[in-house]
Amino acid sequence: MEFRYLPMTESDKAEMLTTIGVESTDALFADIPEDVKFKGQLNLKKPANESTLMKELTSMAGKNANLKEYSSFLGAGVYDHYIPSVVHHVISRSEFYTAYTPYQPEISQGELQAIFEFQTMICELTGMEVANSSMYDGGTALAEGVTLSAGQTKRNKIIVSKTVHPETRAVVQTYAKAQNLEIVEIEPENGVTNLEQLEKEVDETTASVVVQYPNFFGQVEPLDKVNAIIRQQKKTMFIVSSNPLALGYLTPPGDFGADIVVGDTQVFGIPAQFGGPHCGYFATTDKLKRKVPGRLVGQTTDEDGERGFVLTLQAREQHIRRDKATSNICSNQALNALASSVAMSSIGKYGLRKMAVLNMQKARYAKQQLAAAGMPAVFSGPFFNELVIQLPGDVADINDRLVKSGIIGGYDLGFTYPEWKGHMLVAVTENRSKEEIDTFVKELGDIHG
Amino acid sequence: MANQDFSLIFERGKKGRTSYSLPEMDVPEMDLDNEFENCYVRSDAPDLPEVSELDIMRHYTGLSRRNYGVDSGFYPLGSCTMKYNPKINEDVASLDGFSHIHPHQDPKTVQGAMEMMYDLQASLSELTGMHDFSLQSAAGAQGEWSGLMMIRAFHEANGDDNRTKVIVPDSAHGTNPASVTVAGFEPVTVQTNENGLVDLEDLKRVVDEETAAMMLTNPNTLGLFETDIMEMAEIVHGAGGKLYYDGANLNAIMGYARPGDMGFDVVHLNLHKTFTGPHGGGGPGSGPVGVTEEFVSYLPKPVLTKKDDQFVFDYDRPASIGRIKPYYGNFGIYLRAYTYIRTMGAEGLKKVSEYAVLNANYLMRRLEKEYVLPYQQHCKHEFVLSGKKQKQLGVRTLDIAKRLLDYGYHPPTIYFPLNVEEAMMTEPTETESKETLDGFIDAMLHISEEAKNEPETVQEAPHQTVVKRMDETTAARKPILRYQK
Repeated sequence: MEFRYLPMTESDKAEMLTTIGVESTDALFADIPEDVKFKGQLNLKKPANESTLMKELTSMAGKNANLKEYSSFLGAGVYDHYIPSVVHHVISRSEFYTAYTPYQPEISQGELQAIFEFQTMICELTGMEVANSSMYDGGTALAEGVTLSAGQTKRNKIIVSKTVHPETRAVVQTYAKAQNLEIVEIEPENGVTNLEQLEKEVDETTASVVVQYPNFFGQVEPLDKVNAIIRQQKKTMFIVSSNPLALGYLTPPGDFGADIVVGDTQVFGIPAQFGGPHCGYFATTDKLKRKVPGRLVGQTTDEDGERGFVLTLQAREQHIRRDKATSNICSNQALNALASSVAMSSIGKYGLRKMAVLNMQKARYAKQQLAAAGMPAVFSGPFFNELVIQLPGDVADINDRLVKSGIIGGYDLGFTYPEWKGHMLVAVTENRSKEEIDTFVKELGDIHG
Repeated sequence: MANQDFSLIFERGKKGRTSYSLPEMDVPEMDLDNEFENCYVRSDAPDLPEVSELDIMRHYTGLSRRNYGVDSGFYPLGSCTMKYNPKINEDVASLDGFSHIHPHQDPKTVQGAMEMMYDLQASLSELTGMHDFSLQSAAGAQGEWSGLMMIRAFHEANGDDNRTKVIVPDSAHGTNPASVTVAGFEPVTVQTNENGLVDLEDLKRVVDEETAAMMLTNPNTLGLFETDIMEMAEIVHGAGGKLYYDGANLNAIMGYARPGDMGFDVVHLNLHKTFTGPHGGGGPGSGPVGVTEEFVSYLPKPVLTKKDDQFVFDYDRPASIGRIKPYYGNFGIYLRAYTYIRTMGAEGLKKVSEYAVLNANYLMRRLEKEYVLPYQQHCKHEFVLSGKKQKQLGVRTLDIAKRLLDYGYHPPTIYFPLNVEEAMMTEPTETESKETLDGFIDAMLHISEEAKNEPETVQEAPHQTVVKRMDETTAARKPILRYQK
């Protein structure tokens, strides 16, 4: 059997063994004790040639209903947005995707500069002073933010609004348990954080308050009021998880006094790919720059005084600081951060607002049409591109019927909020045409009867 | 490369230039600003680039030319397994039925994706000798952390609340102790002996009733197989602790030995190392975690299982450590690993390890003539040289690394592990040919001569790169972390 990734020839092998001074490669494994050696045959499928495997995997992919062929109204943190063609062409350049962390700046200026530009774009969007090179995803970025706030304030109570993405809250719970932090959740009121309850909970033991903007229900949280409550406690930190596309229209969290802003740039140039890899971002204030988890790229000069870029403030990181590091994270989502940078460059300064507004207009049209068909939005406040409607019956059953009409319906809220059983979270992005929206409403209306 | 434009994307283009092509506004427009209080409507647009599509392509093509990947040349970065990234993997990951599916779709509509994940879990279990796998961890570091969280949950479930310490060898990567801390444990160091292996006497000294676990990679970061692994397992298990396998170095032993057969209870793998997920300039990676049967109930949720011929996500896992990542992990990376495993099969993967080890030993024996080799035995997939002989001539390992750039190579990992002076940790991988290794050897031997005869050539390297050595001190002292007009 030949393997196209293995260039070893019999003559190479013989020469190399002679140089090493052994008879066979088995001698190089002789130090593995007998009782540890694996003597069987691994039970894996037989090696497959390129065309056969491609055929098989294409057919496996064909078993999945994909967002290119179906008309999707599913969002809940992962969205079907316009991906400019340039994105794939740039990230397919193998100088980017076959490289690793830019440890050697002299031959990694491309990656380093790309990250520096990404950091700048995130600062611009969020209204914050510092952003890192990226995190695994929005959920773990928030968990890292929460951990940072506890370390910084030496407090262990974290207040999280229940309007934050439920899977993100679950991740925060797991990280909090590791650090013995106490999580207090605030109930929603008309789809946004209940401010009265928040005010009662914020006290001198509170490390941070977490809200999402726009929140999981698509509603825009009143950040000015939340901030006013938080500021009654001197040290308590304000953490905002934010969909960066919405920030093309909405005032950035930085302008409302946020200490940490996190989220996911999946909305910019990254396909849904069953939930990952996406790309978390982490932005904060200048004051906290030496506490940031993950990689940071800084501008400097070389010996000739030319501008260049390096990984910097590495004293925070695990490979230097070991158990005293600000986080154990080593990798970032460099390639996806690159994809998002290209998408943000392509959408550009003017396109961003336009794209955000397209989402908002189409979502409002859908809202109007749904209401006219007897399915009014449940919440009345300002929203971005998602809305909650009530349906007569089980959402999963309804989605089952929609799929047969080529539609991927919205998120079944009852899945994570038992009290919202029978409610669907509907996302409408710029990719949905009027015709698709009309069909969706009609199909739902038919089911509605 | 003449005519180089090193501008930032923000310095390119012109006010008013665009390159988007958004879908049309085909719905009646409503007055948005009425809906929002004034303070919520962004007053000034974020300063994103104003460029044409060609500006973008020229910009990023320029950046890519100032970058170096495995496809550019030899990349023997120790412990990172910079092997070739097969192109079919990328094609598979780009199929619409994989790349454009939503994690909250009804599982009935994504059975193909779930089947692939299920099959990958089974393959990884077989390769490592573990009972079951969770793919959810986003990277090795998160794998370590979630593995340690499972060990913590296990001890807590047994009322063993005093197990607060995790033993880590002094040669371990910094991520190990960092993960220990983040999981709420305290790291304890065990020393390496004169053969480059864990010192059993020291292990017996540090292990006690507070030991929650020991973390180990085998082969270790020196590229040496821990021959006393069964004794170590006995010592740690005997004290009631668990054994954790850092799978960073699995590329050395596939088909030859399995962590599960060495007494490891929990393992993580780096799909972006052994299993050819591209490194992407620093990520995304993927760090699946495998466990023995007694740990299955603690796996992160949801757990992918099969019920009546249907693949399902099981959320009803009361003993689980919980969710560690939204959705189901870095699915796109699973596709690459899966395609690779299917391409190679058992036979191919064993050859991978055979040739990775052969290449490393060949390189090591040729280079030890000029560079100090602190540990003499055969290595596995990587080895560590010391630049201390060259240091006496005033040439540091950093200088050697920088000089390698002039010869067109990515240098080995340097100054790691910490227990070797002036370390150069070198991992050639099995995808490199003998000609490539010989070219690298020539360069290394040449540099060694330069160190003797013209040390300044090495000390002042690199000479051929687009930029010279960077002022990292100023970068850290007065950080400039974003572009400002």
